Amino acid sequence: MSDYEAVIGLEIHAELKTDSKMFCSCDASFGGDPNTKTCPVCLGHPGVLPVLNRKAVELAMRLALALNCGISPHSIFHRKNYFYPDMPKNYQISQYDLPLGVGGYLDIEVEGEKVRVGITRAHLEEDTGKSIHISESGRIHGAVYSLEDFNRAGVPLLEIVTEPELRSPEQARVFVQELKSIMEHLEVSDCKMEEGSLRCDANVSLRPCGSEEMGVKAEVKNMNSFRALYRALDYEIRRQEELLESGGEVVQETRHWDADANVTTTLRTKEYAYDYRYFPEPDLVPLELDESFIENVSAGLFEMPADRRKRFCEEYGLPEHDAVLLTSSKAMGNFYDAAVGEGVDPKAVSNWMMGELSAFLNAHNIEIENVRITPVQLAMMIAMVEKGVISGKIAKTVFEEMLNTGDDPDVIVDRKGITQISDEDKLEEIIVEAVSENPNSIEDYRGGKKKALGFLVGQVMRKTKGRANPQLVNEMLRSYLEEQG
Amino acid sequence: MIGVEDVEYVAWLARLELSDEEKRMFTRQLGQVLEHAQKIKSLHTDEVEPTSHVVPMSNVMREDRTLPCISQEEALSNASWREKGYFRVPRIL
Amino acid sequence: MRALYSLKAWELRELLRRREVSAVETLRSVLDRVEAVEKRVNSFITLTAEDARRAAEHADERLEKGETPLETAGLPMAVKDVLCTRGIRTTCGSRMLENFVPVYDATVVERLRRGGLTMVGKANMDEFAMGSSNENSFFGPTRNPWDLDRVPGGSSGGPAAAVAAGEAVWALGSDTGGSIRQPASLCGLVGLKPTYGLVSRYGLVAFASSLDQVGPITRDVRDCAGLLSLIAGYDPMDSTSLEVDVPDYQAALEGEISGLKVGVPHELMREGLTPGVEEAVRRSLRLFQELGAEVEEATLPHVDYALSAYYIIAPAEASSNLARYDGVRYGFRVEGAGDMMELYGATRAAGFGPEVKRRIMLGTYALSAGYYEAYYSQAQKIRTLILGDFNSAFEKFDVLVSPTSPTPAFKLGEKVEDPLAMYMSDVCTIPVNLAGIPAISIPCGLDGGLPVGLQIMGRVLDEPTLLRVARVMEEALGFDEQPDPDRGVES
Ligand SMILES: [Mg+2]
Ligand SMILES: [Zn+2]
Repeated sequence: MSDYEAVIGLEIHAELKTDSKMFCSCDASFGGDPNTKTCPVCLGHPGVLPVLNRKAVELAMRLALALNCGISPHSIFHRKNYFYPDMPKNYQISQYDLPLGVGGYLDIEVEGEKVRVGITRAHLEEDTGKSIHISESGRIHGAVYSLEDFNRAGVPLLEIVTEPELRSPEQARVFVQELKSIMEHLEVSDCKMEEGSLRCDANVSLRPCGSEEMGVKAEVKNMNSFRALYRALDYEIRRQEELLESGGEVVQETRHWDADANVTTTLRTKEYAYDYRYFPEPDLVPLELDESFIENVSAGLFEMPADRRKRFCEEYGLPEHDAVLLTSSKAMGNFYDAAVGEGVDPKAVSNWMMGELSAFLNAHNIEIENVRITPVQLAMMIAMVEKGVISGKIAKTVFEEMLNTGDDPDVIVDRKGITQISDEDKLEEIIVEAVSENPNSIEDYRGGKKKALGFLVGQVMRKTKGRANPQLVNEMLRSYLEEQG
Repeated sequence: MIGVEDVEYVAWLARLELSDEEKRMFTRQLGQVLEHAQKIKSLHTDEVEPTSHVVPMSNVMREDRTLPCISQEEALSNASWREKGYFRVPRIL
Repeated sequence: MRALYSLKAWELRELLRRREVSAVETLRSVLDRVEAVEKRVNSFITLTAEDARRAAEHADERLEKGETPLETAGLPMAVKDVLCTRGIRTTCGSRMLENFVPVYDATVVERLRRGGLTMVGKANMDEFAMGSSNENSFFGPTRNPWDLDRVPGGSSGGPAAAVAAGEAVWALGSDTGGSIRQPASLCGLVGLKPTYGLVSRYGLVAFASSLDQVGPITRDVRDCAGLLSLIAGYDPMDSTSLEVDVPDYQAALEGEISGLKVGVPHELMREGLTPGVEEAVRRSLRLFQELGAEVEEATLPHVDYALSAYYIIAPAEASSNLARYDGVRYGFRVEGAGDMMELYGATRAAGFGPEVKRRIMLGTYALSAGYYEAYYSQAQKIRTLILGDFNSAFEKFDVLVSPTSPTPAFKLGEKVEDPLAMYMSDVCTIPVNLAGIPAISIPCGLDGGLPVGLQIMGRVLDEPTLLRVARVMEEALGFDEQPDPDRGVES
């Protein structure tokens, strides 16, 4: 047990789900050949001017409201001045002392403990371009030169800054997970960490347990997955711990998470402290967001993950554990709602999704959006089991086939001829056959060896390649053996 | 009121390489201009709101619609150093 | 008859309409004039004779079909090289953009093209519009057609000189602290700085975004009104563009000024005025009275702080606006820089001239940590006070008048070494930009054979009154001087 307490604050950047960029009409979608989604405005050509995208403002407000932020009745944009090759104008249009949303919070639950994390601010800004570093490592360090692509430049970003109220890597991970889920549910952002539409930086400092003042903090960047976030913070905390315990000092600096080496390394120490020379952007006019504007973006129109979880428990009688998993992403929850909507047993749907389906997604690591099976198909299959058309055992085979082919379950069952045999005459024959082949099993049964019954059932199932209806075989065998007596 | 080290710091912020001659000149000239600007400090303005827009306006926004972008060739047409459709720059760090 | 190149645009348009001259003839007259004087005046950075010829021919085709000519068709224009022109290099008078070819047209240029723009060339200017003498151009100074040893003013010195020398019949300039009015004044022309937001800034290479405006430089007030009506109006590409109906400026020219309330801010009639300038302005004031206007002293108590506030705000905005010139996406770039730091530092050191560097340094300093409140924020507050001064003055007066420039054209090199003295020459024009109001400069006499300008300032969006007053005064003043052949460009 360490005598230090970790103090973690997060700075999260999420690309907003707009069609066009923040200040120009360029396509804001991800990817594409380099520099094919640009115009004079987002390339920062001489003479161009920005015009604000209304949708970006609406999405930002929707999230700010969901995070319990106050919406500033008067907010303006500033210029943040610094030179960097991925910044076309060498200043970023951002918000400074008058951000869109201020003073909110988000409740999370970690290991049964409820934590309320303060949201300092939520503000709008424009994204930068992308640098590709030409070197063996592909890292900025030791790069021979770099290449700039401005397709991403000017895509609207929402920056969310938390209070330094997180105390462990796990809390940080859960917070971002919950925030991601909220943004998906509000249709504010795609939150694809791998595509960089959700990015997370952290300020980490340590202080003696019980102490109130802050230690020197390091800023950790480049954590582009939940796993990376957790491990980077875990590493950084241990690094600072060792430093302090060995009587060393933490330097204020920006550190880069190296996922391959599993370490954070110094990105840059500041020769001069940052001096961004913020001043009000003269090319944009203020935002005066009155009630009416706030009305039509109100987050109330959307179901939040927490509410959905509650609904799953109450409406479908799911255990908490199931509900949490099924609402971990909006797509997951939508899939579940759709399947249950087909009128099959909610718990059965949950079991299939948390069992086979999740296993399949993890194994092939794909998102549920890109899986071939539809909620309706899953429901169809579950219904077939309920009606006894196929056994639960067969169902597993069918389901796997469905995942691979995307075919309907009945089609697969027909193709493979694997419907369950409940036809008594047909079963009669097979039972007689099985018994006659194993005369001594009759003796055993009569001799009170009840497991002889089980053995015979097994024989019948083998003969039918598992297609015989087990309960039926059981009953028929029992009565058959009695008759023989 | 403004020394060479101020000039050097500002030149670094502005990414301007200055010769020693220029440093001396700017130290002198900026000094003069700022000297002249001192008078604005003397004015009592605590209850005055700063003006960044002379004609008051607010909520100027465009609808979220895309328009055709310029071609990659056009985008790069004025760049003196390019490679495979990218703008090329020297080592960043 | 006077040479075609020396006529006003509206006169030429009449001749074209009546088929008495052709657009091609008119253009030839102007191009011959360019041929004759450009070497000495240096009004242009880039000549676009071919484009102009095509536009002129197209204009003549329309005329032959009996169609009425488009508003600017066949009327040779000079466009300040601060306005982006698609496919035509746009340098801003800087080495930094020596080879920059825009991929788009400024909104005003686009509008003029629809009106049949016949552009002679991109006119010379102080680098990035920073200057009052046109001596800060990377492409060499422009000289005043009235006296080649003197400056034409700046930063729109090229456009003004071109029109004064007959190298164009009218021109488009930009005004951040007086850059249209002061050169117009020094070259004996009419120059208008419109209300901030009346004319789109899209495609105007930014100097100080909250002060910049595009406006006409012409030979008389009628042409000024004509050109203004072509470029004014809302532009969705400019968030600061005003969504207002553009009045009929031509119609506004009609009418008298008896009963007009004219205020004369005493703060703008003080030290620094040459006797000649003061005399010319006083004479104008007497004329106002003779025409039935009421002339009274006015006051703008905080205007003494305007120059200082301006030389904080403008450089601060400029330091940010000019950060984009780094040699990466366009523009000048030094060879062989080992890393970005070097590329930035060396490119900007070699690409910018001394005045631009001076203002970038000044603006960066004013915004840097610890100085923002004392300088930039304080300057913005003074801006509020000056705005207030004008508002209360306009409660009492319809227009305010002052000299445009405290002195007539000064000699080349006279103020190069002394930035502060140079800055002083905008002392009467700067307050107008800080307040965002419109102002026009018209010639009101000569001082030692050099033109003197009268500045008339009006309420926000009250260009109609300005133009009416200017036209009436123009008539009364009867200024019809041309550059003196013996001292001017013919020598
Ligand atoms: Mg940010
Ligand atoms: Zn764009």
